[in-house]
Amino acid sequence: MKHTSLLCATLLTVMGMQAQEVHGVSPADLERGMQLFLNNCAGCHGPDGDLVADVKLGSGKFRRAQGDNDLRGIIQRGIPGTPMPPGTYTDDQAGVIVAYLRSMTSSARRTGLKGDAGRGKAIVQGKGQCLQCHRIGSGGTVSGPDLTGIGGMRREVDLEQSLIDPDAEIRPDNLTVRAVEKDGSKITGRLMNMDTYSLQILDGGSLKLRTLKKDSLREYEVMKKSAMPSYRDKLNAQEIADVVSYLVSLKEPI
Amino acid sequence: MALGLSAQVPFSRIENGAREPQNWLTYSGRLDGQRYSTLTQITPANVKDLELKWVLQTRAPAEPNSKYEATSLVVDGILYTVQPPNVVVALDAVNGRIFWTHAYTPAPASRPCCGRINRGLAILGNTLFMGTLDGYLIALDARDGHLIWSTKLGRAEEGYSVTVAPLIVKDKVIAGPAGGELGISGYLSAYSAETGKEVWRFNTIPQPGEPGHESWGGDSWKHGGGSIWTTGSYDPELNLIYWGIGNAGPDWNGDVRPGDNLYTSSFIALDADTGKLKWHFQFTPHDEFDFDATQVPVLTDLQWNGKPRKVVMTANRNGFFYVLDRVTGEFLLGKPFAKVTWASGLDAGGRPIRTGHSTPQGSIVYPENQGATNWYNPAYSPRTGLLYVPSWMDTWSVYTSRVEPYQEGNWYSGGSATHNVPGIRPGLVTRRLPELAWGAIQALDVKTGDVKWQFRMTDVTDSGVLATSTDLVFAGGREGYFYALDALTGAVLWKSMIGGAVSAGPTAYAVEGKEYISIPAGNAIFTFGLREQ
Repeated sequence: MKHTSLLCATLLTVMGMQAQEVHGVSPADLERGMQLFLNNCAGCHGPDGDLVADVKLGSGKFRRAQGDNDLRGIIQRGIPGTPMPPGTYTDDQAGVIVAYLRSMTSSARRTGLKGDAGRGKAIVQGKGQCLQCHRIGSGGTVSGPDLTGIGGMRREVDLEQSLIDPDAEIRPDNLTVRAVEKDGSKITGRLMNMDTYSLQILDGGSLKLRTLKKDSLREYEVMKKSAMPSYRDKLNAQEIADVVSYLVSLKEPI
Repeated sequence: MALGLSAQVPFSRIENGAREPQNWLTYSGRLDGQRYSTLTQITPANVKDLELKWVLQTRAPAEPNSKYEATSLVVDGILYTVQPPNVVVALDAVNGRIFWTHAYTPAPASRPCCGRINRGLAILGNTLFMGTLDGYLIALDARDGHLIWSTKLGRAEEGYSVTVAPLIVKDKVIAGPAGGELGISGYLSAYSAETGKEVWRFNTIPQPGEPGHESWGGDSWKHGGGSIWTTGSYDPELNLIYWGIGNAGPDWNGDVRPGDNLYTSSFIALDADTGKLKWHFQFTPHDEFDFDATQVPVLTDLQWNGKPRKVVMTANRNGFFYVLDRVTGEFLLGKPFAKVTWASGLDAGGRPIRTGHSTPQGSIVYPENQGATNWYNPAYSPRTGLLYVPSWMDTWSVYTSRVEPYQEGNWYSGGSATHNVPGIRPGLVTRRLPELAWGAIQALDVKTGDVKWQFRMTDVTDSGVLATSTDLVFAGGREGYFYALDALTGAVLWKSMIGGAVSAGPTAYAVEGKEYISIPAGNAIFTFGLREQ
C-alpha cells in the first residue's frame, strides 16, 4: 500500500533522531521517564506534550531552557509566576523525564492524515472488532489491554504504531503467556504476575484469573509478539487515522 | 457487547451461599450475618496441625492511624482484599501471589473519624464494589481491577466517607456514608450494580415531613449523624434488609438535640426493592455515649417459647444482648453481657431505663466509649446455639458534654470521652493491669442471654470471630495472637503469634479440597492450612 513505504521512511528518520538525541540513555530509563511524565506532567501538558498553549514539549525546542540542565531545573523548581509547579524529583528522576522529552521529538503523526473520531468509534465498535479483546468504558471485554482513558496515557504516534505494527513495542503490562499442560491442553492468557514456581494469568478462554504451576506445565513461553493483529492491511490509512483520533479522544478513566 | 454482570458471581450464588462453603462471597460469608463455616476438614482433633501457608504484606508500612479491618472475599480460588486505606488486591488464595492491585488514592480532603481504614468489598457478576475514604462508591472489574464506575455519596470536605463493606441484594449495591463525628446527615441507599445510579434512599435522619422527624428538637436533625459503617444482613424470604445505624451527633451532648433522635443507634428493616421502612428498634434512644448500633445483624430461626421465630440478634455496643422478632421488630430478650451503668435494665418493650448521662462536669459511665463490643463481627453457630462475641469487659469512660457549634468539616462531638483502654499503637505493649478492663471472646446462649463461657485475654480485642460446624471458634486480639477455641467450652486448642493486632474478621475457604483459615493482622494477611501429611 502506498502509505506504508512513506510510513517506514518516516519511522526510520524518527528512530534515527531518537537514537542520536537520547544517546547513553537505556530503554529502562526512557520507560521510567515516560511513566513519570504520564503520571505527573501529562495531566496539564497532555500525553503529547502539546496541551499548554505555546508549549510543545514534543518539538525538541524549549524557550526557557538552553540544555538538559535547564530542563531538569525547571522540572524540579517549576517556573515562578506560571502554573508550572515545582516537583519533588531527584536529579535522576528529572534526568529521565528530560530524556523522555528528548525522545518525544517524533510527536507528529506519521500518516499526517486528519482523523475523524466519530468514524473511528464506528470502526472500533464494528469493522475493527476491537471490543472482542479490549474494553472501553462498559463495553468490550478484558482479554486485551483496557483502552478506557488510553488517550490520556499514550501518544498518537504510539497508538498508530500499535495499530500498524503491534510487535514494535509490547509494554510489560500487556504480555501474553502461551503454555502447554502435561496432558497437552493449551492455555493462552495475559501475564499478570510470575515467580520462580508459578505464573499468574488472566485466562484468555475462561476470562478467569488462575495460577499455572510451572512444574505442571510441559512448556510455557512469554510471547515476544503481540496477541493483537496488525491493522496495516485491514484498515486503510484514513481509517487508521480515524481510529487513532477516537482513541486519542478517550481521555477520561471512566 | 456489554461487560455484563451475569458471569462469575450471579446473585443466585450469594443467595445460596450455604451450598458453596468453599467460598466467602460477602462480608459476613453469607447474607444471614452468621459467619458460620460448614467446611469440615479442620476439626478440634487436627487444628493443632495448622501451619502458615502464606503471608501477604501490605505495599508499605501502615500509615499512622490505619488498621487492616477488611474481611477478605474468596471466589473460586481468588482472594480479594482491601489494604488500608483503599488498595484493592486480587490474589491466589492458595499461594498468596498477586494478580492485580488497584491503588485508589483518597482525596486529601478526606476526613475519616477513626482511622484510614476500609472494611471490605462486595462482589456481583464480575464486579467488585468498594467504598472510599473520600466519599465514593466505586466498581472495579474483578478480573483486572479496572475502574468501571464511581458514584459520589457525599462531600469529603463535609466529613462524608465510605468505610462499610457494601452488601449485594439482587441487582443492587447497598451502602451509605460514615461521618457521625463530623455532623453528616446519614442515609442508606441502593445503587444499580450496573451503573452506580442510586435506586432508592432511606434517610437515617428523617428529613422534614418524614416519619421520625419529630424525634429531633429544633434544627438538630440537620447534623444528626446516623452514619453507616458496618455491613447489614438480608433475608431473601422476607425481602428485608437489616442494618445497624450509627450514633446521633453531636456524640456526647444530647441537650442540643432533644428527643429520641431516630433512627440513630437503631436497627432498621427495609424493603429491599423500595427502601421503605418495615420496622425499627432503637437500642439507645437519645444516645449520649456514641454507642451506635453498628453491629452486624445476625439472622437465625429459633424455637421461642415453643414456637418457631425468625429472629435477629445483636450484642450491642451499649452492653446489652438483644433478640428481636425480625418479621415485626418485636423485642424478645435483652440482657447485659458486660458491666453497664448507663441503664439499670430494659423495660418490657426493650427500652433502656436510664441511669447514666454525659454531663458538663463529666460522669463515669460503663461501658467505655468504645463499648462492650463494637463493629468487630460476632459469629453464630446453629449447632451450639451460641453467639460468640468479641467483648471489652468492665470498661468505663468519663463522658463530658460541651456546647460545640457545627462548622463544616470539623469534629462535631459535643464534648469528650476518656478511654481507660488506650488505642492501638505500634509495638503490642500492654502495661495496663487486666483487672482494670480486659478483652474476651464470650459465648452467649441466644435463648437466655447467659454467658456460657468466656475466653479471657489480658488486652482487649478488635477481632472479628468465625464459627465452624466442626465446633471451632477462630478469633484474635490486640496482643497479636490468633486462636482456635473449642466452641463448646472456650478452651484454647491452637494459637499462633502473628505479631500484629487483629482488627478484622477471619474467613474460611477451600481450594481444590484443602481448607484454609485467613486473617488480616497488623499490616498483613496470614493464611493457615493443615500440615501436609
